[in-house]
Amino acid sequence: MLAAATSASAVASATHGSFPVLTALIVTPLFGAVLALIMPTRRPEYARIVGYLATAATLGLALYLLVQFSGSTHGYQFVENHSWIGEFGVRYVLGVDGISLFMVALTALLFPIGLLASADIARPKAFTVWMLVLESALVAVFLSLDLVLFFVAFEFVLVPMYFLIAGWGYANKVYAATKFFLYTMAGSAFLFIGLLTVAVLYHRAGHPFTFDVRTLTAWTSAKGNISKDVGRALFLAFCVAFAVKVPLFPFHTWLPDAHTEAPTAGSVVLAGVLLKMGTYGFLRFAIPMFPQAAVDLAPILLISAVIGIIYGAIVAAMQPDLKRLVAYSSIAHLGFVVLGTFALTTQGIEGGLFTMVSHGLTTGALFLLIGMLSDRRHTRQIADFGGLWKSVPILAGLFIAATFASIGLPGFSGFVGEFLALVGTFITHRWYAVVATTGVIFAAVYLLWAVQRAFTGEPEGENVGLRDISFRELATVVPLLGLSLFLGFYPKPVLDRVKPAVDDLVAHVQQTTNYHAPSVSTNGASTNGAP
Amino acid sequence: MNAFLALSSAPTRPLAVPPVDWVSIAPELCLFGAALAIVMLRALVRRSPRVFDFSVVIGVVGIVASGVCTAVVWHVVHDNGPYQAIKGMVAVDGFSVFVRTVVLIATFLALLLSVGYLKREALDGPEYLALMLLSATGMMVMASANDLIVVFLALEILSIALYVLAAFDRRRLESQEAGLKYFVLGAFSSAIFLYGIALTYGATGTTSLTGIAQFLAANHVGHPGVLVAGFAFLLVGLGFKVAAAPFHMWTPDVYQGAPTPVTAFMASATKVAAFAAFLRIFVGTFPLYGVDWRPAVWGLAIASLVVGTVAALVQTNVKRMLAYSSISHAGFVLIGVQVATRSGTSAALFYLFVYAFMAIGAFAVIGAVARKGDARHDLEEYRGLAGRQPLLAGVLTVCLLAQAGVPLTGGFVAKLGIFKAAVDVGQYPLALVAMLASVVGAFVYLRIVVTMYGGGESANPADGVVPVDLATRAVLAVVVSAIILVGILPGVVLDFARDATLLLVGAR
Repeated sequence: MLAAATSASAVASATHGSFPVLTALIVTPLFGAVLALIMPTRRPEYARIVGYLATAATLGLALYLLVQFSGSTHGYQFVENHSWIGEFGVRYVLGVDGISLFMVALTALLFPIGLLASADIARPKAFTVWMLVLESALVAVFLSLDLVLFFVAFEFVLVPMYFLIAGWGYANKVYAATKFFLYTMAGSAFLFIGLLTVAVLYHRAGHPFTFDVRTLTAWTSAKGNISKDVGRALFLAFCVAFAVKVPLFPFHTWLPDAHTEAPTAGSVVLAGVLLKMGTYGFLRFAIPMFPQAAVDLAPILLISAVIGIIYGAIVAAMQPDLKRLVAYSSIAHLGFVVLGTFALTTQGIEGGLFTMVSHGLTTGALFLLIGMLSDRRHTRQIADFGGLWKSVPILAGLFIAATFASIGLPGFSGFVGEFLALVGTFITHRWYAVVATTGVIFAAVYLLWAVQRAFTGEPEGENVGLRDISFRELATVVPLLGLSLFLGFYPKPVLDRVKPAVDDLVAHVQQTTNYHAPSVSTNGASTNGAP
Repeated sequence: MNAFLALSSAPTRPLAVPPVDWVSIAPELCLFGAALAIVMLRALVRRSPRVFDFSVVIGVVGIVASGVCTAVVWHVVHDNGPYQAIKGMVAVDGFSVFVRTVVLIATFLALLLSVGYLKREALDGPEYLALMLLSATGMMVMASANDLIVVFLALEILSIALYVLAAFDRRRLESQEAGLKYFVLGAFSSAIFLYGIALTYGATGTTSLTGIAQFLAANHVGHPGVLVAGFAFLLVGLGFKVAAAPFHMWTPDVYQGAPTPVTAFMASATKVAAFAAFLRIFVGTFPLYGVDWRPAVWGLAIASLVVGTVAALVQTNVKRMLAYSSISHAGFVLIGVQVATRSGTSAALFYLFVYAFMAIGAFAVIGAVARKGDARHDLEEYRGLAGRQPLLAGVLTVCLLAQAGVPLTGGFVAKLGIFKAAVDVGQYPLALVAMLASVVGAFVYLRIVVTMYGGGESANPADGVVPVDLATRAVLAVVVSAIILVGILPGVVLDFARDATLLLVGAR
């Protein structure tokens, strides 16, 4: 098994020359962080420039990866494999496939935008350093193919994020940052025990110690290697960690606080990328490693997702704070991702992945726009706004566009993702899909209601004579909305690259379990999503 | 009458002096020599104001020489394999070399911390340095002791010097209290330990650890009551020294009261030495009776984790907070002891290695922030520290995050080793409790970090920038580099810890 996995990867990596692009993706922001750190504190613009350059270089590398990535190859590409902690069998294994590709691209896209949006932030040097460290850790999360390396990155993400929230957040930042750190760390505790157990079980079966995801996945998913109960326990241990990150319904309470109190760039990254670490974890680890348990226990996660969709929407509608509203809407959006994922159909998982990308773009744009409003009015209370359409027409127009994108209006990426996810779910879990679909309507309700209260009518008091959007601010929002629009009309570039990995995953689940996705579905639905 | 004659004639036999393998005890002799030299210097040159500075130099030279000798011993072990010296009293093996190395590093760093501290507090007596070196000598002996009597001697050498060190800041009531408390409870635990030795001797007929292991392997102990009682007493005595709950009652008071560099020394070096004895006696000598002692250590580990973490939660005094956290770290190391495997032993050693740096770094910052008088340990003193002194706050943050087990610090690799060892033998409950303890522990450390970084100025207007002397800066730099380096490239130390196997690693 090991030989098969490594030889397959060797073929893939051999085709792409020797430039370690994945390591470069991790190291570039880190190098930038070190460089920014040694810049003089008295000249903060130096650090800021280093930040722009480093994130732009990372974005360039990510684009190179997107172009070089082969949409027809199955398995991981650009694999790098080196020894790291030999004593424990921990290796430095990186690789990218359709599932992780767009997460890396999204990360690389959101960071320069986040930095650009934070040009006026206090203590820019420290802010830049933490942002770059965070980017490096996040890229490492999505590229790691070694469980311990993944865990290292997964946990380490907390540190820069903690300091970003605690250092640059709003009024209640310390409480929010601490809650965020402890919640996610508590979740990771189970993941840590789980991954150690997997490695030890594999070792006990007479194999050399390894944490290589490919080897372990092949072993744990094969029938008869681990008992049903052990598989379920391990699956749940993994799931708790990822469910906290997503966050799934009962584990979500850290999210509104963290999102609301974080600085704008922090919220963008938090919603855009950090939450996806959870859904990515399901797709990369929990489902392929324990497919039988995933099939058996899927209803738990599906119910949780549906509750999240409905509950997130209802609570969002009640929020007086615009940022908190969007935070709750994230719970609903991520609910669609989990729903599609645990439908375990090609369409569902593709839809989930697409929603992950789309949510990163649209929610990122929304947080940026809310940040701009909050900079101008020093409040985020919907009741304090009113008539903004007349005082800041361009900003208001973009806000409404972002709202439509977030609702999932056809033509925006949100529609493609949620549509695919719901179709995928409908095939296997009809009633879940039916109930979840009402969430789409709720989304329209809470967002449009907020838009109506904040933007329509006549501006009064401080809402009169606000400065409209600046060029720099425009440069942060337009790429996100533009991409959302582009992918809404033409999702093919994403879906094509995602498909092999998703097909592999679904085939893997079907081969290793008694589960079969109904075959009637596969033709019609996928062409619907990718015209 | 005849009997008396027979008795009195017995000593006429020439006393058999075992051949002394000087290499095996050279590291201890270097330290001991340095301590004696300092005492002599003090006795002979009373008036010179330079005595203290000379003493520092002597101390550093002694530690470096001891380090060189340890390296030589390592080469001997590496080339010829582990052996016993001086009639089986001393074990020369990778384990003792590793422990000695950690003790030396910790002593060196604590000594550097002490220099600035003693000058600041106007306590700069060379006696302090001599006592610290003597205590370190005891720890070094402990690392290689292969006989229960030698273990006891080492325990006393290290403890008696520490009692005095704890009370060294004699003008501070807390320091006096710490010394007295440590002395009374320490003496009590030594007595219990000695009783344990007696019972073990009664059950096996020897005090040599090798001899005991061989006896237990060759004979079936029909009524193991005496032996098990011996285990129990040894366990209590050692549990006291490593500050494991429920024998931890002295720890918060003594750690808080003792001069801060002494606290750093106790948390790092003493812990390592005491755990060395723990591992050598229980894992190395009694592996066959694991059924009897492992459940007890299991209980100690859980109790230490829970008590240490939960009690740390409610503290507002940072020094006391870290004293409790050191109890929970003892719990982590005890997991490595409890599993009683090779990987457990090396995981415990690695943990102790990393913890030595984390503890010294944290206490170094605490000592600096406390300012003259060594009394300002309240959490409020740290408010806004990151704004006033970002480097100092940064060092403390790294040390605390490492203690919380955050990846890319040595603390993570250390915890990884411990958890792996526990999961390896199927100790899932232990692993889970430890994992939850580290989450709750993270909250404790974050509280300090939050106070430093979360804005707001200190309520005390007298606050300014706290002075940090050069030696302390050096210590901080070393500590942070070590923590991060070990976190990213742990290979070298892990290999060292893996080779640090006990002379008698038992059954498994």
